[in-house]
Amino acid sequence: MSVSVKTFPHLADAAGALSRERNARFLGGGTLVMRAVNEADPAIETIVRSTDPALTHIGLSSARVELGAGVTMAAILAERELSYLHPVARIIGGPAVREAATVGGNLFAPAPYGDFAAALLALDATVTLAGGFGQRELPLDELLSRRERGATLVASVAFRRPANDTFRFVKVTRVHPKGVSIMSISAQLPLASGRVSGARIAYGAMGPAPLRAKAAERALEGRTLDAAGVAPALAAAHEGTSPTDNALGSAWWRREILPVYLRRLLLGEQTARHA
Amino acid sequence: MLEFRKDIFADERDDNLHEIGQPTQRQDMLGHVTGTSPYYDDHRFGNLLHLKILRSPHAHARIRSIDDSAAARAPGVKRIIRAADVPVNLNTLLSLIQFGKDDEPSLAADVVRYKGEPILGIVATSERAALEAMALVRISYDQLPAVFDVEEALKPGAPSVNATYPKNTFEYYNKYDHQKLRYGDVEAGFAQADVVFEDRYQMSPIEHAPTETNGSIAVPDTNGRFIVYTSTQALFFSLDTSAKINAVPSNQLHFIGGTVGGGFGGKVDTLTEPLSILAARLVGAPVRYRFSRHEEMQFGSPRGGERIYVKDGIMRDGRIIARSVRAYFDSGAYTRLSSYAVVKCAAHIPGPYTIPNVSGDVYCVFTNRTPATAMRGFGVTALDFALECQMDKGATAIGMDPLEYRILNAYRDGDMKAHRREAKNTALIECAQVAAEKANWPLREEFRRMSSRKGEGTARPGIAPDRSRAPAVPAPARAPAAAPQRISYERPTPAALPPRPAPPAPPPRSAPLPPATAPAGSTHGAPRFSSVFGTRRR
Amino acid sequence: MKTPIQFLLNGEEVATFVESGANLLDTLREAVGDLSVKGGCWQGTCGTCTVLVDGSPRLSCLTLAESCAGRAIETTAGLRRGPDLHPLQSAFMERFAAQCGYCTPGMLMAAKALLDKNPNPTRENVVDAISGNVCRCTGYEPIINAVLDAAGGNSRRA
Repeated sequence: MSVSVKTFPHLADAAGALSRERNARFLGGGTLVMRAVNEADPAIETIVRSTDPALTHIGLSSARVELGAGVTMAAILAERELSYLHPVARIIGGPAVREAATVGGNLFAPAPYGDFAAALLALDATVTLAGGFGQRELPLDELLSRRERGATLVASVAFRRPANDTFRFVKVTRVHPKGVSIMSISAQLPLASGRVSGARIAYGAMGPAPLRAKAAERALEGRTLDAAGVAPALAAAHEGTSPTDNALGSAWWRREILPVYLRRLLLGEQTARHA
Repeated sequence: MLEFRKDIFADERDDNLHEIGQPTQRQDMLGHVTGTSPYYDDHRFGNLLHLKILRSPHAHARIRSIDDSAAARAPGVKRIIRAADVPVNLNTLLSLIQFGKDDEPSLAADVVRYKGEPILGIVATSERAALEAMALVRISYDQLPAVFDVEEALKPGAPSVNATYPKNTFEYYNKYDHQKLRYGDVEAGFAQADVVFEDRYQMSPIEHAPTETNGSIAVPDTNGRFIVYTSTQALFFSLDTSAKINAVPSNQLHFIGGTVGGGFGGKVDTLTEPLSILAARLVGAPVRYRFSRHEEMQFGSPRGGERIYVKDGIMRDGRIIARSVRAYFDSGAYTRLSSYAVVKCAAHIPGPYTIPNVSGDVYCVFTNRTPATAMRGFGVTALDFALECQMDKGATAIGMDPLEYRILNAYRDGDMKAHRREAKNTALIECAQVAAEKANWPLREEFRRMSSRKGEGTARPGIAPDRSRAPAVPAPARAPAAAPQRISYERPTPAALPPRPAPPAPPPRSAPLPPATAPAGSTHGAPRFSSVFGTRRR
Repeated sequence: MKTPIQFLLNGEEVATFVESGANLLDTLREAVGDLSVKGGCWQGTCGTCTVLVDGSPRLSCLTLAESCAGRAIETTAGLRRGPDLHPLQSAFMERFAAQCGYCTPGMLMAAKALLDKNPNPTRENVVDAISGNVCRCTGYEPIINAVLDAAGGNSRRA
């Protein structure tokens, strides 16, 4: 009847419990799991938690960033070295939500949530999974495209530190700042001699999970970030997307506004707060 | 900063404002900032049980069968409450003032008429236990055609929503399917007008979304009475409604209102008390029925959507000489208070303007939507939105400044209103003039000199006969120009009122009190509602 | 199944048993009897239930009670010191920053979280601090002004 709660000091043991217990869910910050428990969701009978310090660890080197899956949005905002991620963390919920919402939780947040996961996609992140078998690493987009719930426990995410001023983000929402996203667009736009080299673009809320806009990325390769240069990318903006209707807006409308916001982001006309 | 324009209408009142304009602290503000203001839920009981309601997933369906046996046996469940358990399972809120026929069940018996309509109650030791039991209930439905649009609902052949009002409109005086206002001849006015246009205005249903959801806790007290802590805005109204539905004398219920955590009209429908009381009676323990946030947003009654058509006939000099309004209230599946909203709407036509030809038709329509209720001036605010948009359009159509257009057409004292009452104490002109001054909105001199008082300022141009067109519209009878002293609103002299009956002598203490049955034809509850029944005190 | 839990509530040691999986909101109101914490949505969308846990604002409806073992929790009931109101409480009164009062406890705690860390906030800081709290009555301006007033008192006292 009531859910049972199992807490483990080591993440690997939590992973074991997750696969062993019936209808078990891992508790990150609680923004999704506790709501479901409050609503007596029958899909959750066991809450699995871990107090493993690795979960809240932020590892910063000159080239690489590693974020424990339990790192909160508030912790990211408190870390000056992660300032390029601040526009993303800042628009997730209000201050109290940011004290709870975790990197790991965002990876499993159903659309239209998951803006932080989309940003990590644009940063080419990999995830490290914890399990009884030990840890294994896989690209984030592989995890997202086949999101296994329940038995998958993410220990951390990692990505190469983006070059200065190459990461951009916009959240499109009706209610600023904490309204749910109509969509979000994250982009990493490295330049070589003024031309785009190896762009990554990711969308939130334009499909069942955050997704990479690979056609737009290819269309940007070698181009300049001006009106003419970004035009082919805008023409390819929709490829791979499958937006749906919801209470915030229709799929049609999302398709209409996507290239508008992508254009503004690529041309640098938009900041995260003015979607 | 508050500014008082005491120069305006200065001769009509004493300059003795003691309260208006002075900040006065709320008596409950200390409670609010210390977290001690008592809301209905701020009571703890050792043995509190929880009532959760199973609701219809369909907008319109016949209930074929209900199997709640597994739910009844589920852990923590104390009682399942079914339609047959409700002593009086058909009610309408305004039956308390004998306005309207009972049309709404507390628990649907055979047909559900809106998505979210209550069907079963589950009383359990925790909300979780009640929700888990609810998942075990099996109900089979035959879905029925549904209608969600007010005009569609009035077309012949539309699905019949409400069994008490099968034609999908409320009945006024047991005869009329809408409220009607007629003054002058709008068709003649339109024929004479220089410009005629009509537009359609549509409001969405609006959810109050209070931070505190609807809820109540019913607690068995001594002597078979029940104490009810409730979020209601309408304490005695809810008490009487609950007494009727539970078929108990009202003195068996002791209602204690909490500070209302946001009402705005959304806590007048007595949504939770009848069933929390019934549950407490059936299980003999305190029972809380608390709306979840989802229930509040989705099934708590909204201000109903309204569709309003306004057609104006305007002369080139700016006078509106004809206005016709056709309005449809979306009451949802049941009447609740929409019947009254329609009366208010009809009373508000054509807005604060003197128009010699006015027609109003206002319908209270039933659809398979969530039943609507009061909110912030329901019946009037939406109409004002429509009328004021229409005023702006009218001004644009004839190339007149929108504020001057309003000043020109505004009521003045002594004007005859479409409801055949004389306008008194009007002040729209002065308000518009001050607003223009504050907004640096230029007004022509003649409009700055206009006045709400008869015989002052520049009089409105009379209606010039136009012999080239349809027969001239006769000018409405005008009251003779009044002296500068305004006419005060006269109270009826005592002789005009019927004598009050002497109160009956109280029965001797030893005799048992007679059962509280209302004598036939008595006015139960509040005094008669003159605007509803058409009786006029003057 | 009941789990024991101990924590500090407004500076006092509290110990109680909670149903496993219980949230902090229900625990504070029903097990401990602190009715100054209010519930508005039980979904984490309205902020009404905001409390401080080790100085950080948290939504008590989404916080697993057991995760607060040993922590310091602050609620509106603990704001005043005897007869003396907290500056935020006085400021809310003076600025008429409440009507129905239901969002007020959550607003006060969100504001306290801000002022405890940033005694001289800008208006934008204040707006951000209460951006997770819904008010249906005041239109927010009186609340923002009250928080700035209370902070202004800080710079006067400094």
